[in-house]
Amino acid sequence: MTKKVIVLGEVREGALRNVSFEAIGAAKKISVGGEIVAVLLGESIQSLGAEMIHYGADRVVTVEHPHLKSYTSDGFSQAFMAVVESEKPDAVVFGHTALGKDLSPKVASKLKSGLVSDVTGIEGEGDGAVFIRPIFSGKAFEKVKVKDGIVFVTVRPNNIEPLAHDASRSGDVSSISVDITNLRTIIKEVVRKSSEGVDLSEAKVVIAGGRGVKSEEGFEPLKELAKVLNGAVGASRGACDADYCDYSLQIGQTGKVVTPDLYIAAGISGAIQHLAGMSNSKIIVAINKDPEANIFKVADYGIVGDLFEVIPMLTEEFKKLKAN
Amino acid sequence: MNIYVLIKRTFDTEEKIVVSGGKIQEDGAEFIINPYDEYAIEEAIQVRDAHGGEVTVLTMGGEDAEKQLRTALAMGADKAVLINIEDDLDELDQFTAAQLLADYLKDKNPDLILAGNVAIDGGSGQVGPRVADLLEINYVTTITKLEINGSQVNIVRDVEGDSEMIETSLPLLVTAQQGLNEPRYPSLPGIMKAKKKPLEEVELDDLDIDEDDVVAKTETLEIYLPPKKEAGRVLQGDLSNQVQELVQLLRTEAKVI
Repeated sequence: MTKKVIVLGEVREGALRNVSFEAIGAAKKISVGGEIVAVLLGESIQSLGAEMIHYGADRVVTVEHPHLKSYTSDGFSQAFMAVVESEKPDAVVFGHTALGKDLSPKVASKLKSGLVSDVTGIEGEGDGAVFIRPIFSGKAFEKVKVKDGIVFVTVRPNNIEPLAHDASRSGDVSSISVDITNLRTIIKEVVRKSSEGVDLSEAKVVIAGGRGVKSEEGFEPLKELAKVLNGAVGASRGACDADYCDYSLQIGQTGKVVTPDLYIAAGISGAIQHLAGMSNSKIIVAINKDPEANIFKVADYGIVGDLFEVIPMLTEEFKKLKAN
Repeated sequence: MNIYVLIKRTFDTEEKIVVSGGKIQEDGAEFIINPYDEYAIEEAIQVRDAHGGEVTVLTMGGEDAEKQLRTALAMGADKAVLINIEDDLDELDQFTAAQLLADYLKDKNPDLILAGNVAIDGGSGQVGPRVADLLEINYVTTITKLEINGSQVNIVRDVEGDSEMIETSLPLLVTAQQGLNEPRYPSLPGIMKAKKKPLEEVELDDLDIDEDDVVAKTETLEIYLPPKKEAGRVLQGDLSNQVQELVQLLRTEAKVI
């Protein structure tokens, strides 16, 4: 049976995040040809609707309100639930981002539904859809099915294929007005620490440093390389505990779980708790002075050497490549 | 202040996961308090010490979880409650867990509820916000700083590496992110005292909830291990040649650049 699926598009700094297009890809599998309705919430976001349609949404519903300029769970849940009430979907898909993680449990609670979060793969379609998600931060996986109620999933960035972009697709972009009241959270200020470059969980390339980086300044060559590859910088718990970097960069079972196309581990020994956070990356490169380091056991390519020699050489080599 | 902490018993982060017959093998594994919940316990103790009141740690599961509750009491929590579902519920999901916890909490009038932002086993991060929604109180997730003045609360929240400065008020549920504090280790006197602190056990029958209201909405069909990664190639030769070869391989063989 076909299913009507609502996808929440996520806007950051005036642009749609990639994971929103991947969420449409997931919705396509769940819908079995049913209608896919993209929802955009914000202050002035109407113009972004077309892009969701180019990536496969059939129609877009927007809610615009000054109170939706910044994300709050109260504001966004009121707006989203208003759309749910008018659209009556069979399924809902969000990205598993900071916003998605914060909002989805509240919406699921209001829908009295289950919620399969952090989905990395989908088998089957429609009522038979089975969702694959990592448990123990990727040390194992589980296959989950929804038994009852609305099918609600959040998809991890970088894992579900988006549909091909098709600029010839067109569809209706409508808006509904929602009275947004009683916001219990006021955001006074946002301090951007990650303003340099790409978000760690969405990055296609991650350059991570461990204890071998030795100091805060030691991360500089990694940042240089990340810049050239349009990637993000991450770290092991060892590097964070030693205060070489902020905890927000930590990758591992405590910390972030990342699955980029390319993961370069520099000066990371490869403790089991770190491997849990990155071993499902597509390609892993290890750079370590110690040939016995555990990280080489999961690496596709390894270089035994000093990261302070190897990383700058790699940066130069990639620069040359880009110049050609 | 009436403070509750939601905790979960989880596998130690150093444990390898062994699957047989589609299920996780628990025999011989070490269990701990979910690391993010330790931050929540520590913060609860600090808030109580600054503002007075009582800290109750609450968990759900089987009798095995008493050990983790005792550890929380030894850290400095005042009371512990175990919702023992061992004999009553076979299948459990985040919907079920939130229904049970919220039902227990609904007449307890908590001022502040703390939880970890995610459990390192299931990794769903749903139960805290779901409980807040069921109790109709506000929540803030992934916090790295908490300041309470009367009923006003100032929070710093981690959002993918950025920091949001937030103003809100009690009653409130917050979930802890790494960096919130340094959880203390239980002291020896703390461990001795913990043995005498109250640990209450509640069963499904003691709650005001029908079994129909806690039927799981989702079902785990299978658990499996990811394909074991083969150790790849360690490059050889002069370092600059290795670097050139690596870039070539990433382009032509791995095709990720």
